Amino acid sequence: MRKAQVNWEKRILKSLNSMCTELGIPLARKRPVPEQNELTNKWNEMGTDEPDLSKFRPVYAPKDFLEVFVGLKNPNNERSEDLTVRSHWGLIQVSLNGRDIPQMREMYPELGLTYGQLGIDDHTHVPPDLFESEHIHIGKKVVSEQDSAAAQQYSRQGCPTGLRAQLWSLILNTTNDPEAITHYEQLKARVIHHDLLVDNLIYKDVKLTASNDDYYFVFEDYLYQVLLCFSRDTAVLEHFNYNCASPPKSCMQSKSGSEQCAVVYPPNGVIPFHGFSMYVAPLCFLYNEPSKLYSVFREMYIRYFFRLHSVSSHPSGIVSLCLQFERLLQTHLPQLFYHLREIGAQPLRIAFKWIVRAFSGYLSTDQLLLLWDRILGYDSLEIVAVLAAAVFAFRAENLMEVTSLASAEAVLADLSTLKVMPLLQIFLFATSV
Amino acid sequence: MSKNKQTAGHKGAYSSQKKKEGEGRSCIRYRCGLTNTIQDVLNQRPGWVEVKDDGDWDFNWCDVGWLRENFDHSYMEEHVRISHFRNHYELTRKNLMVKNLKRYRKTLEREAGRLEASKCDFFPCTFVLPSEYHIFVEEFKRSPGSTWIMKPVARSQGKGIFLFRKLKDIIDWRKDGTRSEEQKDEAQVESYVAQRYIENPYLIAGRKFDLRVYVLVTSYIPLKAWLYRDGFARFSNTRFSLSSIDDQYVHLTNVAVQKTSPDYDPEKGCKWQMQQLRRYLTAKHGFETVQTLYKEIDNIFIRSLLSVQKTIINDKHCFELYGYDILLDQDLKPWLIEVNASPSLTASSQEDYDLKYRLLEDTLHIVDMEDRLTGKEKRVGGFDLMWNDGPVHTDVGLETLGSSCLVANTHLGCVNDRQKQLQQLLKPFPGQKRT
Repeated sequence: MRKAQVNWEKRILKSLNSMCTELGIPLARKRPVPEQNELTNKWNEMGTDEPDLSKFRPVYAPKDFLEVFVGLKNPNNERSEDLTVRSHWGLIQVSLNGRDIPQMREMYPELGLTYGQLGIDDHTHVPPDLFESEHIHIGKKVVSEQDSAAAQQYSRQGCPTGLRAQLWSLILNTTNDPEAITHYEQLKARVIHHDLLVDNLIYKDVKLTASNDDYYFVFEDYLYQVLLCFSRDTAVLEHFNYNCASPPKSCMQSKSGSEQCAVVYPPNGVIPFHGFSMYVAPLCFLYNEPSKLYSVFREMYIRYFFRLHSVSSHPSGIVSLCLQFERLLQTHLPQLFYHLREIGAQPLRIAFKWIVRAFSGYLSTDQLLLLWDRILGYDSLEIVAVLAAAVFAFRAENLMEVTSLASAEAVLADLSTLKVMPLLQIFLFATSV
Repeated sequence: MSKNKQTAGHKGAYSSQKKKEGEGRSCIRYRCGLTNTIQDVLNQRPGWVEVKDDGDWDFNWCDVGWLRENFDHSYMEEHVRISHFRNHYELTRKNLMVKNLKRYRKTLEREAGRLEASKCDFFPCTFVLPSEYHIFVEEFKRSPGSTWIMKPVARSQGKGIFLFRKLKDIIDWRKDGTRSEEQKDEAQVESYVAQRYIENPYLIAGRKFDLRVYVLVTSYIPLKAWLYRDGFARFSNTRFSLSSIDDQYVHLTNVAVQKTSPDYDPEKGCKWQMQQLRRYLTAKHGFETVQTLYKEIDNIFIRSLLSVQKTIINDKHCFELYGYDILLDQDLKPWLIEVNASPSLTASSQEDYDLKYRLLEDTLHIVDMEDRLTGKEKRVGGFDLMWNDGPVHTDVGLETLGSSCLVANTHLGCVNDRQKQLQQLLKPFPGQKRT
């Protein structure tokens, strides 16, 4: 696993460096003062800028990343080409531990049929007395007592729209104290003083993804304000202590020209890829002070999102999630899996993009936030893999009738009408095992 | 209405198809003056047939021009319906609306006191020009540095609108110095209104937006009005700032104006569904605050309709679907910008088309040419009955309410599960099996 990650990092860095040489743009440069002033004035409306981004390409897209671990195989395992009941039919050929449904029922009891849920029991025809009013009442208490652990437990049944922002802050332990604000202001100053090559990648990503989204286009300016600062935040480097990835390094010419030393580039060690801005976009619904939005995003990144794009064996890591997804599908929908495999539509090839983004941009915003409530509540991304399988289960009938990868993609192209909690509940608690 | 000499082409249905007792009509003949979404809705409605120029019609979705020329010469049988009130402009022309609202407010103050009258303070300070020019100048001088907006009374889609801060700007305008060629060509002197510009609009991510809400009125005396759950927020494509009042793209949020903005990207779309907006505001401000806001918005509809109740010529043949434009300020106070008698039914995207389709379909359900309603309904599809000669309340079980407070029957920006509701409510069309 480590080797794969190292190789992958080398590839990305090489791609970044070659783009840099090709375009003749330095990885970093100090901005001349007039440019600094201009940026300061335009800070709140960077979206109005139309820089020429045509020559920039995203460093990588999710599907490139998928190829990295599709090829992973444990050299110790016996490999046979036969497709048997015991072999794994999916793309991931690494054997990592994963939970099966009975185990997950024990892990996620609060999603069960006997518990009330936001996303199910707040539906229009259900009288609010049965669950919703009481749940909101408890939520208010949790917020007023500023109890972080209670907030996390509470979030498992969903956060009411009016309380979500405060509850997530509590769970993530982000405050808007002067220290956090100062830190953000410092980052902003760094953005003003130096221009980084990755800034262009960020601009391009925002323009290509969030700006074209029906819900998120409004927040374009916030996304720049968060992501540009994020790239310069060296505090993010701390997460590499528990991430098997290592930050990319680049050589910096010292002033005398004789020495070279390796520095982390970009300063936060994270090279953005195509779709990265979608990690931030849903949060704009909850927070509109930039420093607050920034703190919450950074915390979400260093706790969860980074695992979605580094190769590791962690149970919340992307490889485990993919494997989990495939296993669930193979165990509980074997006919479907077999059929899709036969027509050349490996399920993971379709589901991967959902998993990498934790469904951001694929579900409608309110449903996405309900899903992320549970990620925070259970402190794990596993639920994302379960949802991916549940979506396939939901559309199984249609999928059984398709005869090509393209038609399978079409059946699963639009998830904006899905209601995540009923899907999860049915998959976890109403599937026969 | 008295019967006038019939001119060919302006007949309502003389109708050899007399309605049988208890049975709806089997075939409804309609006229439609527009070529957008409404055409599709009428076309696809079972049992409805289009008639061309000279034929008799049972239903007419007309434009206001046609109405002006033909309404007075048309005889309409009892069952016939037409999509406008004869003098709708009392509500929809800016100068008349101001006049009616001011008069209503005065009456209210006299009869019910200051507090009640203050519920009409949802309209920014407005003066009709040139008639009220002098009192306008007085008010203008009383608030130096404020920004005003000049709007022609009868134009739409943002045409002819400009902002100003100095009297000099409109003195010049008055002397015809800066009017565009187009405006100089106007034969008669066109009325304008000068309105206090709302300088602190509520912004989302730095952008200004306004709300388009749909209200259906089926009768003025007694007043019966329905509110549609769907609607949308229209965003300005550029970031809001008071420093450039010449940039009309910043300040005007009509889609028609936005389409010509250099930033405009049709793929981007600049609308949010009402549900999306309501969720966003709830996430930011909490449930109770937003609940209050929407109650205040309801108040705007009701008061504005009451203010013209006695002026509009009530006619049982008429119904009207209004498009209300509402603006929120930073204190989350809603303001009425204007009321449109012919809200655009052209769709800017698939989503928009679906919304307008549903809206029009439900409008036709309420007009009920097929005679399937009892008249006691409080909800039809996406429409909730907002006012029926008095406020309308939801049927909430008494056990769930601690006190005896009544809940208004409006759900703007709430879930619109109209399909299910319609299935339970309506009998299938004649000749159609229930699906």
